[in-house]
Amino acid sequence: MSENLLEVRDLRVSFYTPAGEVKAVDGISYDLKENEVMGIVGESGSGKSVEAYSIMGLLSNPGKIIGGSVTFEGEDLLAYTDEQKRAFRGTKASMIFQNPMTCLNPVYTIGNQLEEALRCHDKSISRDEAHKRAIEMLELVGINNADRRVNQYPHEFSGGMRQRAMIAMALICHPKLLIADEPTTALDVTIQAQILELMKDLQKQTGMAIIFITHNLGVVAEICDKVSVMYAGHIMEQGPVDDIFYRPAHPYTQGLLRSMPNLEDTSHTRLIPIEGTPVDLLDPPKGCAFGPRCEHCMKVCLNNQPPMVEVGENHRSACWKQVQEMRMQQADGNRPEGGSHE
Amino acid sequence: MSEQKKKLVETVKLRKYFPVRAGMFKTNHVQAVQDVSLHIFKGETLGLVGESGCGKTTFGRTLIQLYHPTSGKIIYDGKTIYDSENNIHENMLPYRRKMQMIFQDPSASLDPRMTVGEIVGEALDIHKICATKNDRQDRINELLTKVGLNSEHSNRFPHEFSGGQQQRIGIARALAVEPEFIVCDEPISALDVSIQSQVVNMLEDLQEQIGLTYLFIAHDLSVVRHISNRIGVMYLGCLVELAESYELCAHPIHPYAQTLLSAVPLTDPEKNRHRQRILLQGDIPSPLNPPSGCRFHTRCPYATERCRSEMPELKEYSPGHYAACHMLEKSS
Repeated sequence: MSENLLEVRDLRVSFYTPAGEVKAVDGISYDLKENEVMGIVGESGSGKSVEAYSIMGLLSNPGKIIGGSVTFEGEDLLAYTDEQKRAFRGTKASMIFQNPMTCLNPVYTIGNQLEEALRCHDKSISRDEAHKRAIEMLELVGINNADRRVNQYPHEFSGGMRQRAMIAMALICHPKLLIADEPTTALDVTIQAQILELMKDLQKQTGMAIIFITHNLGVVAEICDKVSVMYAGHIMEQGPVDDIFYRPAHPYTQGLLRSMPNLEDTSHTRLIPIEGTPVDLLDPPKGCAFGPRCEHCMKVCLNNQPPMVEVGENHRSACWKQVQEMRMQQADGNRPEGGSHE
Repeated sequence: MSEQKKKLVETVKLRKYFPVRAGMFKTNHVQAVQDVSLHIFKGETLGLVGESGCGKTTFGRTLIQLYHPTSGKIIYDGKTIYDSENNIHENMLPYRRKMQMIFQDPSASLDPRMTVGEIVGEALDIHKICATKNDRQDRINELLTKVGLNSEHSNRFPHEFSGGQQQRIGIARALAVEPEFIVCDEPISALDVSIQSQVVNMLEDLQEQIGLTYLFIAHDLSVVRHISNRIGVMYLGCLVELAESYELCAHPIHPYAQTLLSAVPLTDPEKNRHRQRILLQGDIPSPLNPPSGCRFHTRCPYATERCRSEMPELKEYSPGHYAACHMLEKSS
């Protein structure tokens, strides 16, 4: 496997609000290689978007990165000056957002906005050539009559087409990393299916890495190679997509999967919900963030934050239960051979 | 479902158009609900799915006459409460005790200046259900405990609650008048994933305890399939398919229902990889100027000349399985 494209280590982001410090992202780490699609799932307020914004350097007041590192192709992103950040955004990494209407400028044509992205980063491109590239890009994302559409305004596009235009804009400078922040949440299922197919296709063609942020587990199962499950600013579990769905280790992931109705289930079984309410980030629990809602909660869970432990190949989970199980196994292994077979 | 089941609610060619002014003397109409005929049996849950703008919410609201219907007929418990042809338009107040609604956005549907007790109690006052103040407070407390809140919550304001709890308040308000029929308009889509199943379970429990009948409107097919006995699929104001929920999910016969089902992402990576998807071209046409004939023909892979000119009728193809498509007519 190639080297890591993006390395995030112990990233901490806090918001200093009048009501107190909100630790939106509290020490998360992951790696992303080229050509990989990573999903970040979590409920609203779990810090998944904030984390993406901090990578792109888009975090605004009162949010602050208070610790950790983000390395992209060996360079420390957090040490970049504003100018370096501007050059980085668009050419090396770009982002698409949940609501395309709020991200497109309503008073410029789609073509204008695509060309701007291009000419911003490479002044040597002529207007004509930029226009041609914009049309090519719109064709690539599956917009019919691109040469006519390029001169239209965002309000003349439908929701699905706006999202396609956003994707075209994000990819026009051939970035190596695309961060997609809930790109299909505002869309209908049939349009969502179109956009997902498009993103899969483009990913195969260009070989870019994608961080796909969503709260929809179905979407994750469809598009991602690996998954990080976030809850209250922490990564609870991360691993290959098959492990997460077929062998979930963390009680939160297990609970989420169990609580969702299955479309292909033939018998009517009652749903098993996760009890309790999401964490109040102003007053988070001292130990494991999921502790108060967890069915396996132990004393240690309420007082200490669990470490990440390997539970399989590239499969990690932050849960005291697994730490204990692991200790038991080690203890078993250390015992003299005859003893363990009783 | 047995034949003896009693129809609680029935609509016949219910239609709702919204006027849109297009100049001084010209008015266009958004054809939100186009001649929808269906019935809901007592004690069952009818799910209604479709994409945004297909008229499912408008249908729900017109059914309990939050919107005045353009034409058609609404029958509740054997009594015609609205009939445009015979000019019947019953006073709704007594029926509001029987029909209630739960809204999509829990925070927007609760008055921020009223306490929870006032919100739930308002319905009791309007219908003069409780004689004394003590009765009223007892009833409010009882309702709050029924939906999983505490009686001490009745003095708090809606903003002090989380989304899931706010939705519970909305449900308590709907239950206050002891209704028989509740229209649930996307009651869980604004909630977090881990909270959704709590609310779904609660709705099911309440149905079992009180014998409620639901019209469950949502766009999330897997949830609708879980909670409903039968499911109706809407497209651009028309009902295109109606069947028992397992039957519909296993053997959809209308091309649109087939597409909709194949578009739902499954929480199973292996199955997703091997799934053949039917992808639709383009977007939903505008209901201001809907296509002629079958409204799905602009996106339907099987569309023929007849589909372009003639609107198909809803017909029964196997017991309890209705669909509106010319193609099926030919093959059967």
